[in-house]
Amino acid sequence: MVDKMSEDLSQYLITRNKNVYEVIIGLEVHAQVLSKSKLFSSSSTKFGAEPNTQVSLVDAAFPGMLPVINEFCIKQAIKTGIGLKAKINNKSVFDRKNYFYADLPQGYQISQYKYPIVGEGVVILDMPYGQREIGIERLHLEQDAGKSIHDIDPENTFVDLNRSGVALMEIVSKPDLRTLNEVNVYIKKLRSIMRYLGTCDGNMQEGSLRADVNVSVKKKDSKTLGTRCEIKNVNSIKFMQLAIDYEANRQVDIIEEGKKIDQETRLFDTKKNETRSMRSKEDAHDYRYFPDPDLLPLEINDKFIKDLKKEIPELPDEKKKRFIEKFKLSAYEANILVSDIETSKYFEEVIKKSDIKLSTNWITGALFALLNEKNLEISQSPISAKNLSKMINLIKDGTISGKIAKSVFEIMAKGDIDPEKIIKEKGLKQESDPKELEKLIDKVINDNQDKVMEYKSGKEKLFGYFVGQAMKVSGGKANPQLINEILKKKLK
Amino acid sequence: MNDITSQNLNELIKNIKDKKVSSEEVTKSFIKRAEKSKTLNCYITEDFDSAINKAKKFDNKPNFNLKLPGIPIAVKDLFCTKDVKTTAGSKILNNFIPTYESTVTQNLWDEGAILLGKLNCDEFAMGSSNETSFFGNVQNPIDLNLVPGGSSGGSSAALASNLTPVTIGTDTGGSIRQPASFTGTVGLKPTYGSCSRYGIVAFASSLDQAGPMAKNVKDCALLQEVISSYDSKDSTSIDFKRNNYSKLLKNDIKGKKIGIPREYRVEGMPKEIEDLWIKGKELVKECGAEVIDISLPHTNFALPAYYIVAPAEASSNLARYDGVKYGFRSQGENLIDMYEKTRSEGFGNEVKRRIMIGTYVLSSGYYDAYYLKAQKVRKLIKNDFDEAYKTVDAIITPSTPSSAFKIGEKTNDPVSMYLNDIFTVPVNLAGLPGISIPAGLDNKGYPLGLQIIGKAFDEQNLLNIAYALEEKINFQNNIKEWWIK
Repeated sequence: MVDKMSEDLSQYLITRNKNVYEVIIGLEVHAQVLSKSKLFSSSSTKFGAEPNTQVSLVDAAFPGMLPVINEFCIKQAIKTGIGLKAKINNKSVFDRKNYFYADLPQGYQISQYKYPIVGEGVVILDMPYGQREIGIERLHLEQDAGKSIHDIDPENTFVDLNRSGVALMEIVSKPDLRTLNEVNVYIKKLRSIMRYLGTCDGNMQEGSLRADVNVSVKKKDSKTLGTRCEIKNVNSIKFMQLAIDYEANRQVDIIEEGKKIDQETRLFDTKKNETRSMRSKEDAHDYRYFPDPDLLPLEINDKFIKDLKKEIPELPDEKKKRFIEKFKLSAYEANILVSDIETSKYFEEVIKKSDIKLSTNWITGALFALLNEKNLEISQSPISAKNLSKMINLIKDGTISGKIAKSVFEIMAKGDIDPEKIIKEKGLKQESDPKELEKLIDKVINDNQDKVMEYKSGKEKLFGYFVGQAMKVSGGKANPQLINEILKKKLK
Repeated sequence: MNDITSQNLNELIKNIKDKKVSSEEVTKSFIKRAEKSKTLNCYITEDFDSAINKAKKFDNKPNFNLKLPGIPIAVKDLFCTKDVKTTAGSKILNNFIPTYESTVTQNLWDEGAILLGKLNCDEFAMGSSNETSFFGNVQNPIDLNLVPGGSSGGSSAALASNLTPVTIGTDTGGSIRQPASFTGTVGLKPTYGSCSRYGIVAFASSLDQAGPMAKNVKDCALLQEVISSYDSKDSTSIDFKRNNYSKLLKNDIKGKKIGIPREYRVEGMPKEIEDLWIKGKELVKECGAEVIDISLPHTNFALPAYYIVAPAEASSNLARYDGVKYGFRSQGENLIDMYEKTRSEGFGNEVKRRIMIGTYVLSSGYYDAYYLKAQKVRKLIKNDFDEAYKTVDAIITPSTPSSAFKIGEKTNDPVSMYLNDIFTVPVNLAGLPGISIPAGLDNKGYPLGLQIIGKAFDEQNLLNIAYALEEKINFQNNIKEWWIK
């Protein structure tokens, strides 16, 4: 059904009856603010607590209860704004978004409508076809709702208000995303920036990061955007991609049938991998937004922003630049190493005392493979940066060969064992004494006189055989470089 | 010594401090009178047994350094009181018992006061006659079948009939000043941000303000200094210097400039009101103050703006009464059905009317024309006052366009009911302090009030002017105790 005709990876094109359509994507990411307490109350935000154990009178909207802004959440939003290279607004306003639902105790959600705390910014994506700048429209703060649980009882719905009032940042992108891979890279980059800042843990399983996806299609040469549909509350990158894929093709089919796309809100069915209409524009809620009279406009002066800027760590884009310039890494290597703050920390720890090139190779190679295989984050790495650095130094100074290092690495992975200890216990130290190696090579030559003859008569590819034999006799410990040199001399 | 219940607050405090009377005796006297005054229907919830226990406790270990030592007080049923049912005059909260205390009432108890019970009011404070209460009409002690005003009607009636020495109400558009005016008592609406709104059932958040109601200005000043406090639990509470208003109270207002706004001379206003106003002006002059004619040009737009802003906020504030978490619930087939039944049965007609108005004016397509425009009008009204206060220290107007009316007289005419608030709403829209003091009786013997409007945070000056005028007016209420059984 899908016909991706172009080799151009920077566009997602769908062709039907010789008509080529371009897919346009925008995301509204809901990121839970990393904060011990809620946006307007002091209740805990800890994940996984018993239902309704983290609910204050404010969260449950008791009569006469009033919201009081959590300053820490404001700081987190501003920091995130700085990370998005965005304009921080000196004045923003909290509005009430009014609608009825069982898990919305106030009957309204406190959000920011006309005047968000953060304005326009940009997120830079490194794509195989070059850098892409994804515009950020705005970032605003809002309360999360509670949770309705429909599957405990056939007759009743249960409501858990633990999430009610938790602070969310809604980060709205411009319709700048063009491919499924860009969506993937965008979400990962956003998450990376927020993790660097410590403003959101980005945990999609726990719902700390979710997105509403806006999809539209347009004829490739058309300048105007098509009618968009919004797919609500998608909670993994994979589902986002599946949803976009389905939705884009659905829209193309409709246009090809000569019909019009209805602007509507849709749901993604993760079992059937399809989107379903939730409500049309005509049925859209009228949220009756108005400024919350319980809260004064939020005024932030420049000094407050300036002070927060001092708390901002080096972010991925800057770090990448530094890695390339200072450590002479390739853009590809730098990208991998800065994608996650913990990885970059690990890397910088290792190279404090070790060779940069070797460290880069070992981290992006063996270590990543190990973590992948065990499904671990780098912060849970079975090999500490200290011991990896030690091992790399042992390679560098010739104590062990790269090959032996692989075995040492495997043993280290069993419990962060000191590589020196492993080498000592297993006798894996490399033999680099030329006299000892000469003895060893003499033995190999004596034992293989016939092969020596063949070699000398021109069968030069037998050289590798002699190296192999010498290594075998040494139990793999011989310094391969020295073996090469001595063999060459002896076989002249 | 007078009969206990007819004493004012300062007299009672003195007598308790002088040990001429115990808190228990005082408390029991008010309870006894309340039991003979059920006809007035002042109380929604009586907390008498508990009050007597608290009074005994006070007497056992009296602390006479407190500002309200062992003084029993009944409060409007809009203040959440810990472990005591709080209904806001509505069926929808008829079973609601808070686990927490409003800041304003907590301030009372911290100064030694004792809760007598919860007083009747219009449902969610929406009304000008106490007729919208789910718990029935309140009788004005002035005359049979006369409304006590609203929404703090239970409070004004209880105060005027000596069921409580002072009381507290809330004022969103006149709900303290108008009932004070209708019962010949004193009622102050403080500057917005002076009294915490924490724990007060919300009607219109940007207008609601709690305030004292008393038999005289001095009592009112004392109560104001007790209930007013900065509260970090209310983001709109303002941290300004609060006086010991009663201690600093003085009747010397020589040289003060008092404004008379020409726009308050409304068409169809009874001559008695006009005369009262003229009398007020003359008394101001007698006190040595200067009377200056001023203009508040946008006054005409205050009432319509108020009846957009207040219902808009109310429609949202009352969304939480949905049958899910607390309060009344009517079972339904599904969630929407439950909402509809709960809210249809739980709210009265006036509340529903205002929720509908509020929902309408906030709706997309109407927001700019109504809500946004009303907010602009509100700004203009505030500017009017700011401009006036460049030349005057305070402003005097009538409190209401008429004296108390009969029960049922205006129930079918909401607009005529809303017109009651014509002189009081501009004060709420501008966030200013305003006080109503009794200034005379009309030909039926019903009280009439004068309103003094002050500068923001200038309650002291406002109270001083009221105090000076009170002395000149020397008002005598004419209450015949027709209801006593």
